[in-house]
Amino acid sequence: MPRPGLVLDVDSSTPPIVFHHGEDFVLEKLPAGRSRVIYPPEPHEGLEDTDAAIRHALEHPLGDSQPLSTLLFSGMKLTICFDDISLPLPPMRKPDVRQRIIEAVLDTAAAAGVDDVEIIAALALHRRMTEDELRHAVGDRVYDAFAPSGRLYNHDAEDPDGMLEIGTTDKGELVEINKRAATSDLIVYVNINLVSMDGGWKSTATGLSGYRSLRHHHNVHTMQHSKSFMDRHASELHHSNWRMGKVLRDGGVKVFQVETTLNNDTFGTSALDTASPLSMLQKREWEWTAKDRATFMAVQAGLKRMPARAKRAAFQSWKAPYAVTSVQAGEVEAVHERTLEQNFAQHLVPVEGQTDVLTMGLPYICPYNVNSVMNPILVMCLGLGYFFNMYRGKPPVREGGVLIMRHPTPWEFHPVHHPSYIDFFEQVLSQTTDPVEVEKYEQAFAEDEWYRHLYRTSYAYHGVHPFYMWYWGSHALQHLGKVVIVGGDPKAVRRLGFAPASTMADALEIASDVVGPAPTITHVHNPPLLMADVT
Amino acid sequence: MKVELPDPRRKLRQLAFPLVAPTTPLGVEPRPKERRTGADYDTEWARSFRARWTRTVLLESVLRPTAAAIARPRRRGIDRLADLQGAGEPVIFCANHHSHVDTPIVLTSLPEPWRYQVFVGAAADYFFRNRATGAAASLLLNAIPIERATVTRRSADLAANLIDDGWSMLIFPEGGRSPDGWGQDFRGGAAYLARRTGAPVVPIHLSGTDRILPKGAKRLRPGPTTVTFGDPIRAEEGEDTRRLATRIEAAVAALADEHTSDWYAARVRAHTGDTPGLGGPDGPSWRRAWALGERSPSRRRRAAWPPR
Repeated sequence: MPRPGLVLDVDSSTPPIVFHHGEDFVLEKLPAGRSRVIYPPEPHEGLEDTDAAIRHALEHPLGDSQPLSTLLFSGMKLTICFDDISLPLPPMRKPDVRQRIIEAVLDTAAAAGVDDVEIIAALALHRRMTEDELRHAVGDRVYDAFAPSGRLYNHDAEDPDGMLEIGTTDKGELVEINKRAATSDLIVYVNINLVSMDGGWKSTATGLSGYRSLRHHHNVHTMQHSKSFMDRHASELHHSNWRMGKVLRDGGVKVFQVETTLNNDTFGTSALDTASPLSMLQKREWEWTAKDRATFMAVQAGLKRMPARAKRAAFQSWKAPYAVTSVQAGEVEAVHERTLEQNFAQHLVPVEGQTDVLTMGLPYICPYNVNSVMNPILVMCLGLGYFFNMYRGKPPVREGGVLIMRHPTPWEFHPVHHPSYIDFFEQVLSQTTDPVEVEKYEQAFAEDEWYRHLYRTSYAYHGVHPFYMWYWGSHALQHLGKVVIVGGDPKAVRRLGFAPASTMADALEIASDVVGPAPTITHVHNPPLLMADVT
Repeated sequence: MKVELPDPRRKLRQLAFPLVAPTTPLGVEPRPKERRTGADYDTEWARSFRARWTRTVLLESVLRPTAAAIARPRRRGIDRLADLQGAGEPVIFCANHHSHVDTPIVLTSLPEPWRYQVFVGAAADYFFRNRATGAAASLLLNAIPIERATVTRRSADLAANLIDDGWSMLIFPEGGRSPDGWGQDFRGGAAYLARRTGAPVVPIHLSGTDRILPKGAKRLRPGPTTVTFGDPIRAEEGEDTRRLATRIEAAVAALADEHTSDWYAARVRAHTGDTPGLGGPDGPSWRRAWALGERSPSRRRRAAWPPR
């Protein structure tokens, strides 16, 4: 029976706490008597028979949807869309749950004699997935059956003939999605809900849309009013997507949503899982065995001697042994409510009150640097965007408090994946780091022909994407009094508008200038993921 | 003068009991000779710790590099076994059979946890025809003798007991190598064992081995091969052996179809009952040989340009 999450009050006997530090790990001793550590719940048991659960979900849909087999008929136009490379993180071991679902859907379609099937990676303005990445997500069988004939491909939000305007919401938001999907008799959307932000109408209204639609909710105002964007009912980002979903539904776009949840077994907890050299990271530090400690020291010593490129390659090759904890299908909103229950059950930890300082260790990966480089803008997005927003109720740090993050923050960019990030870092952040001011430069990047060309034909994120990364952290920037990065490249950290510190003690010293001496501290333990339910 | 040398054979003949075996007195019924070859070959020694260790070394140091050099096997569909791998239960692997190289290729393609915990059902009248071949098959392949003509109690009991003890089995239900490159009807042995033991059957389709060493060939012709694993099949409640054997054959045929066309097209044909059989077309041998040449894998890759 997996244990629930835990809030540990740090005392003098508490061992040092492990922090992610990019492609490294650090042990930090937090001040006793005024620090607390939030530990995530242990990984939930996976489904015993995932394939049977998928088939059951497809034939016993939630909400007012019919079973999938009755929605499929010979001569129809079927489009299957799936979440892109940004999910899950790290990528899961084969077989990916998307492959299992797509194969089950296609098998049902084959039984119904459906010929016109297309499969689309719903990546919005993310970079296109490579052949290897597509193969990993959908499996070789599906790839070989559909990709060679051009029936499995990446969504292209800048294709002038590939998008269709569906309508406008009552708040004036334009809804435009992939034309093939919009004109299909049925869209089957295959999702992975790693965290509660994913899924629901966000799958279709965001994943299959383009800049003209996205700008209505990917902006500073929306993000500052999403508190947090991990809590759909308190998120303006989700309210906007739900309004767009209503326009899609009223416009005759028929969506059969298949959502899945995973447990938080990022590095392997099973004693039999011999392929998990980092399984100790899933444990609470005082429960590490002699073997865990020896392995940790060996890993640290090894990492110290490895060149940066080799370290990155080693970490990026890690495939998480996630287990599927639920599969639900049918009408979008009914499905998503069930999905959120599962997400919250795995991630939520009840926490009382706020503290002056929030600390976190940032890992080597975020949704936008899979098989790529974690550049400084992504460091900001991961810390102030994703991790800061992993709360329900209110943030675990008080307004005007300090966020201390650990990450090497190298001044390094992937020139193929993130070309507009380089220019954003050099041209925009050198002028201002205020999200409202930054927003003024957005259109020039969004409509730049070169970025558009790279997005469509290379493997580049869209020109506007670094702006969205910055907006993602705008709620945190508004809430916090200061941000400190420990162990980062000082020049890059300063360019982000944050304070660099070489040690955690220095960072706490810097923080005390803002929040007063002997501040109270909350540390969010990661890995694995958790969500603080703060009252 | 002619010197007569002693004849050793004559000297031997002159030896008497107990230096030579006794003769049976007339009027006494001689005891039947205990058969120690064929289906009666005792393979238990081949599952001792030392034999298993030796086999593991031979598999990794001889069979695997040899199979890789000769057949360059490409393994597909191992992801279909993910749930079984987690459960770690014994499995009956059923493959089509073209060539003597089939067994080493499958053995070196099996994933954990079955790779070193598997035995092979081998023809008693061929691999166990004498003690030397029997010993080699037992040690190298962990083979047990299976009567091809009938399902004997001894063969079936031995296989079922090993499966109950946690061993997985590799069996070629066609009962022998294909004479012309096309498949033969599946026999009921694997289905019988699956029903009796409750073990899942994993269909396997082998392609390309008929070109490397077909039946009757004397020389190896190295070439590419593909090993495709299918979805596990379990005996349904009340399902008889014949029906289960038919399902296993259909599953291997569907894998063959998947290999020569694509997965979705194969699924559509499987649902409409149009999957081409393993036996190939009827007609004279030249037409069957002609049709064989038309089967070619179509692992089509997307054109690199224009990007989509």
